[in-house]
Amino acid sequence: MTLLAVQQLMKSYGTGKLAVNNLSFELNRGECLGLVGESGCGKSTLARCLLKVEEVDSGSIFFKGEAIERYTERQLHPYRRQMQIVFQNPSAALNPKLKIKDSLIDPYSQFQKEIELAHFSYTSKKAFIKQLLEAVELPEDIANRYPHELSGGQKQRVTIARAISIEPELIVLDEPTASLDVISQGAVLDLLTELRQTLNLSYLFISHDLAAVNKLSQRIMVMKEGKLIDQFSRDQLFSEKRHPYTKELISIF
Amino acid sequence: MKDFSIPLSKKNKHSWQGAVAFVVVAAALAGAIYTFFYLRYDPTLTNMGGRLQGMSMEHPLGTDHLGRDVLTRLFLGGQQTIGYSFLALLAALMIGVPFGLVSGYKRGWVDRMFMRIADGFLAFPDTIVAIVLSGLLGPGIGNLVLAIVMVKWVSYARLVRSSVLSESQKEYVLIARTNGLSSKKIMVKHLFPHIAGHVLVLASLDLGKIILLISSLSYIGLGAQPPTPEWGAMLNDSRPYFQSMPSLMIYPGLAIVIVVLLTNMMGDYLRDRFDVKKEVQS
Repeated sequence: MTLLAVQQLMKSYGTGKLAVNNLSFELNRGECLGLVGESGCGKSTLARCLLKVEEVDSGSIFFKGEAIERYTERQLHPYRRQMQIVFQNPSAALNPKLKIKDSLIDPYSQFQKEIELAHFSYTSKKAFIKQLLEAVELPEDIANRYPHELSGGQKQRVTIARAISIEPELIVLDEPTASLDVISQGAVLDLLTELRQTLNLSYLFISHDLAAVNKLSQRIMVMKEGKLIDQFSRDQLFSEKRHPYTKELISIF
Repeated sequence: MKDFSIPLSKKNKHSWQGAVAFVVVAAALAGAIYTFFYLRYDPTLTNMGGRLQGMSMEHPLGTDHLGRDVLTRLFLGGQQTIGYSFLALLAALMIGVPFGLVSGYKRGWVDRMFMRIADGFLAFPDTIVAIVLSGLLGPGIGNLVLAIVMVKWVSYARLVRSSVLSESQKEYVLIARTNGLSSKKIMVKHLFPHIAGHVLVLASLDLGKIILLISSLSYIGLGAQPPTPEWGAMLNDSRPYFQSMPSLMIYPGLAIVIVVLLTNMMGDYLRDRFDVKKEVQS
């Protein structure tokens, strides 16, 4: 079943150059779809458009068959709880003035009336935060600390915990490991793989790291200068039919 | 290896001043509270038989030209001057902070409209506004406070707006939006903690200026009206006795100097404490 479908999406910033140029793809439920491209090719812009924190110029975004690209904030509310995002830089994604527990509770506090949690259960705020931290393999006492007291890998785990706290359908992972060291990268990727299975999530995994994308994704898309230039399933990665640019990316790794 | 840490002496340059300022302000406040509960003399009761007395056991700082106890009036004057300054400051904050938050977060036409309104208020110097308001509504401390609020709220709105403008581009604000938080909740929970320190510092630096403004405008008769004990008004009252009894002018004058100096020291201390030198220029 198609969870997310994007059709002829266009997005430009003031300069007139298209950051996202006529992009179309589909993401199936339960799937991890990889999106590879070099820095500045429009990957993050696409993520922001999908999450509707950036307005699109033209084209459509269908979530569960509903065109949401022109929805107002009020209309979007039920979709917000099914779509979450994890950004590249966890330091910017956590409010430095708030304790970890106060950042973690944000999504649940907004959607608690509408959601039935399947995997987690909410009895008290403290118990809920503890469950979330356990799910991302962090010690409980982190809840009362501030972001600057945590390492980069720990912070990224916190943002992942926040994203899964309302058990969304889809998580957009915008270079979730790019700012981490190699060991944390592997650990976070393993965690993401595991969470996808236990929570039955779908991922759109955006990265410039073909190896990481290859590890997680069933299908891979390649983006260059705002355009989608190649699309294939993982076992076709080394096929002769690949686009020259894809071959170039493979040769780097 | 080169040591990049900030030398202790530089970092704590103002801390002793801050401590002194806090202690003296606290003592003055305690004194003011004391006189409020235990008044030895009615501050407005005239006693023409005992006018212009020097220091004595009954009147530690003597009496003024109408025989009123100077010390009592000085403390009550402190309540007036500092109290109304706080009132003006608080009102300016209550208007300026939400105004700046909304302006900086909403951007677009809301921001443009709000900032043009602020510019309009900024076009008039505070003294002029006070004089015009007194002319229109009659002199009085209430109108003076109103005039100060009208001028001062703009600087808070601008400070808050500029902080919010840069802060609201950060990813945690975007995530708060994707988590379904309303604009109001984002402003209160996520953005306000970032501006609170800056606002506190600017407010403490402004307090001294407002005290001076209230005193000086009361001195020229636009603020507190006699017989209300207010430092500026007391200065004005004792002007004719400048040569025969200079102490009458020295006490309220000294009180103003000390309080303004202390609030400025407190402001400097808070500025160092919150490390916001770049954002807030005194």
